[in-house]
Amino acid sequence: MSVIEVNKGNFEEVVLKSEVPVLADFNAGWCGPCRAMKPMLDELAEGNEAYKIVSIDIDEEDELADQYEVSSIPCLVVFKGGEEVNRSVGLIAKEAIADLVEG
Amino acid sequence: MLDIIVVGAGPAGMTAAIYARRAARTVLVLEALSYGGQIINTPDIENYPVEAHISGFDFSTKVYEQAKGLGAEFKFEKVVGIRREEGAFVVETAKNAYEACAVILATGSENRKLGLEDEQKLTGRGVSYCATCDGNFYRRKTVAVVGGGNTALEDALYLSDLAEKVYLIHRRDSFRGEETNAARLMERANVEIVWNSNVTRLLSDKRLTGIEVTNKVDGSVRTIELNGLFIAVGRVPENQNFASLVNLDEAGYVVAGEDCHTSCEGIFVAGDNRVKTLRQLVTATADGAMAATEAVKYINSL
Repeated sequence: MSVIEVNKGNFEEVVLKSEVPVLADFNAGWCGPCRAMKPMLDELAEGNEAYKIVSIDIDEEDELADQYEVSSIPCLVVFKGGEEVNRSVGLIAKEAIADLVEG
Repeated sequence: MLDIIVVGAGPAGMTAAIYARRAARTVLVLEALSYGGQIINTPDIENYPVEAHISGFDFSTKVYEQAKGLGAEFKFEKVVGIRREEGAFVVETAKNAYEACAVILATGSENRKLGLEDEQKLTGRGVSYCATCDGNFYRRKTVAVVGGGNTALEDALYLSDLAEKVYLIHRRDSFRGEETNAARLMERANVEIVWNSNVTRLLSDKRLTGIEVTNKVDGSVRTIELNGLFIAVGRVPENQNFASLVNLDEAGYVVAGEDCHTSCEGIFVAGDNRVKTLRQLVTATADGAMAATEAVKYINSL
């Protein structure tokens, strides 16, 4: 799988109703640390069936950002069974990203 | 064995790698997070020669590609220690150990924390260290900036264009930052400066709701309701892991002159983690060039 772009319209279907855990990356194009983390997320998503990685542009999707109280980016939120189970703010290493979902 | 190991892939470390490769030396750059370092947080660089405007991330990507193109190797592993072994240095990461003739420390610095309870937990939930990154979340809201240096003044100015109200909390009765910034700030109607005061408590209910501020002069305590708190109280160098190898000053910076030689022969330092008066992109890259050149000289003398 590759990273899936998610918006308000498909958030419920792709994230909340997902059968596997979902790592949601709240980001923006003007955010340097978000851009630095993108290649790591792409690598983690590649060939990964254990969980999904989705990307949410907070400028386009401000309602989702508000709903999940995202006030600093990059912000990674892990969802399992429609519920938030873990969260991390700021640039972190690739292993630490994987640990967020797998740990 | 490698010729040179560079610790840190910010502008200083990556420039060192470029110079090492241009001198036909093998070089490995070890980095804990991603290439770029602190500069990736800067949306627009306007003071680096050649380009009038470039984002910190785009700048870093160009330098990274330049270093890679010249044959520098990068590995994303956090360095946990360095030891000396029979004329070489062993650089240890969490998983591996690498050997080189010379080491360049280009680890930069990180944001200084206030050290208050729940500070970590509330980061991203109302507490931020980057006004340009997170300011947009606080349009028409109430925020505070803590600090009195240039970064704090610039953050307060930037936020005063977005937020309804900006408090600037400073522990002294005058600013250390530039006069022009201070003067511009005083003119803003929506900025209130809280002098001689420290933030002594973070108030929260799932996210930050306010702060408790204590006046150092009369001891009075005041509560300020807030949506966001921007902490700009300086940076601390990331040299703790090398304190047993090279001399540090009392603030933790590696003691070295313009030639980037540390107190340990064979170990060089480049960038913001070195004792210096001006910490800028251009002085970091200059250090990288110097440290690599001196490291090559040292290797040639072995």
